[in-house]
Amino acid sequence: MLKIEGLTAEVEGKQILKGIDLEVPTGEVHAIMGPNGSGKSTLSYVLSGREGYEVTGGTATFNGQDILAMEPEERAAAGLFLAFQYPVELPGVGNATFLRTALNAQRKARGESELDAMQFLKLARERMKALAMPEDMLKRGVNVGFSGGEKKRNEILQMALLKPSLAILDETDSGLDIDALKIVADGVNAMRGPGFSALVITHYQRLLDYIVPDRVHVLMGGRIVKSGGPDLAKELEAQGYAAVQAAA
Amino acid sequence: MTTAAQTGAAGFLARYEGLKDHLPGARKPWLNALRADAAVHFAARGFPTRRVEQWKYTDLAPVAQASFAEPLTMVDGAIALPVPNAKHRAVFVDGRFRPDLSALEGLAFRAGGLAQDLNAAEGLLGALAKPATEPLAALNTMLFEDGLLLDIPDGVDGGLLELVSIAVDPGRPFAFHPRHLIRLGAGARLTLIETATGRGQCLHNPVFEITVAEGASLTHGRMLQEEVTVFHLSTIYATIAAGGTYDNFTVAAGPRLTRNEIHAALTGPRAACHMNGAQMAADGQHVDTTTSLDHAAPDCASRQTYKTVLAGRSRGVFQGKIHVHRVAQKTDGYQMNQALLLSEEAEIDSKPQLEIYADDVKCSHGATVGALDADSLFYLRSRGIPESQAKAMLVEAFLHEAVETVTDDTLRAALTRALDTWWARQRKTA
Ligand SMILES: Nc1ncnc2c1ncn2[C@@H]1O[C@H](COP(=O)(O)OP(=O)(O)OP(=O)(O)O)[C@@H](O)[C@H]1O
Ligand SMILES: [Mg+2]
Repeated sequence: MLKIEGLTAEVEGKQILKGIDLEVPTGEVHAIMGPNGSGKSTLSYVLSGREGYEVTGGTATFNGQDILAMEPEERAAAGLFLAFQYPVELPGVGNATFLRTALNAQRKARGESELDAMQFLKLARERMKALAMPEDMLKRGVNVGFSGGEKKRNEILQMALLKPSLAILDETDSGLDIDALKIVADGVNAMRGPGFSALVITHYQRLLDYIVPDRVHVLMGGRIVKSGGPDLAKELEAQGYAAVQAAA
Repeated sequence: MTTAAQTGAAGFLARYEGLKDHLPGARKPWLNALRADAAVHFAARGFPTRRVEQWKYTDLAPVAQASFAEPLTMVDGAIALPVPNAKHRAVFVDGRFRPDLSALEGLAFRAGGLAQDLNAAEGLLGALAKPATEPLAALNTMLFEDGLLLDIPDGVDGGLLELVSIAVDPGRPFAFHPRHLIRLGAGARLTLIETATGRGQCLHNPVFEITVAEGASLTHGRMLQEEVTVFHLSTIYATIAAGGTYDNFTVAAGPRLTRNEIHAALTGPRAACHMNGAQMAADGQHVDTTTSLDHAAPDCASRQTYKTVLAGRSRGVFQGKIHVHRVAQKTDGYQMNQALLLSEEAEIDSKPQLEIYADDVKCSHGATVGALDADSLFYLRSRGIPESQAKAMLVEAFLHEAVETVTDDTLRAALTRALDTWWARQRKTA
């Protein structure tokens, strides 16, 4: 399970996270909602180890391991996955090469055998079919020329291939059409089970109709100001953040 | 030879004086006149210094101060030929044509050594080179002994041909100046794959004169892969007539100093020229790509994309001049140069130069310089790819983009191999 205690962090000398306390038990899916600029993406970057995000206090452990002390690639090998709010384009890096390199790097780090090109292709095709992604996306550069929705689907494809035990989905629903939203939600739901937990960052209650969370947290001004069951999302949608914060 | 002690320009001039009655074509007045004229220019200018605008960023002092001897007359022993890329190949050792190592049988056009066929070179040799303004072309004209002569008649598809240049280390500094003449008749085609390898303290100073007639198409891939002791200074002159195309892809990775200088002139409507390349340097090396494109006719297109990767304490130069003449309306010119600096001690000088005298033209240029992109690196690492491997992937991607547009599969594979070879070696030492 993921356990965050008193986590504070700054970016370029500016404090963004001001003491986050959060627990996501194994097997659960939690949602994080909050206004623009409240620190949701910052939290996801701090947890995945992005440079420039300096932890100034507190702890974060994943299955008992101090993840904040690990390199980004070590966190990934330990089972952490971040679906980026803004996936990066990598011109010249073929999507297939990228996916296979990532998968094999993680398998290697875990002492598992690496997949050859054929084995990988079979697996990738299978996963892409489930996400209704055209096969030619494997041949293209990573995210290069992908539409906003295609990029998000590519993030979920990576998740489906890498099979993390903790996924942080940062606004994966933004920019998705209704059909794609269902496909992506199905992709996440398919992974749900005792070995998988997720932190779903979203602005829209609609996603949570498809991925029903165990808990919903409200992040405002760098702190979790309120937590509750799935109904909290509906409350937020109806009343807005100000009212919810006032009541907290 | 007593002249061996003289350095730089004086040494080469003394060599010319001593050899001029023995050089190939010494009994041909037209060639003697060319050489004598070149010697006058070279005597007047010597090696260019950094005070010369076109040489501001590349210091030839190490060449000018050295004393280079002749290559050996006879090279004994086995010569390691690079793995062939094509059925037909012309092989040169120390600048001299080696029919015994070449494979040119069954070609439907003239292909072979220049020295043995000088009569066919009259009118071609010296037609494009400018010894008056480019001292290295003067030096080449003065002292060339041999080179490749290719003459493809109208309408003939020459297919794939290789030009291999090997320098064999004689154990002392030496220089050679091959002169390559290539003419494609109207509608002719050719893909030329050039590989330069070699070792020793050597100066390889080739000059190309390339004529592409109406509707003809030449794809010229170059892999300059000599060892780190070699100075490679090459000058290409190309003229492209109406509807013709000259595509040049160069991978420069190896020598201590590489100058890849290209002068191309688009002389008839709808002529096109693509110049792409990747140049790489590591500690102590210097790479320089200098292009000059003359748009001298309307409706022509030119595209240039150059990539530079610098590691360690190294230096890279890109100078690109596009001159659009008054008559060259509807010119479509594009130039991009991108540099990736893998070390804080690496340095790149980049100088685009657009001179536009026509009013209805589309011309753009751009340049980027930087380290590896931090966001891209984090994205890869967040997927579990270790940092060093992630960096390597991004460098490879950067380099491979330079040859993405090569349509000939054989050539693209060869260029990609050249890039990968350099990078694999660099990765190990980095
Ligand atoms: N590199 C940076 N330099 C300066 N400020 C930054 C940087 N990155 C983030 N911030 C600031 O940190 C705050 C939190 O940003 P963050 O991206 O975490 O918000 P968010 O909750 O994800 O917002 P959104 O809902 O719009 O995605 C913002 O005020 C933002 O401007
Ligand atoms: Mg965000």
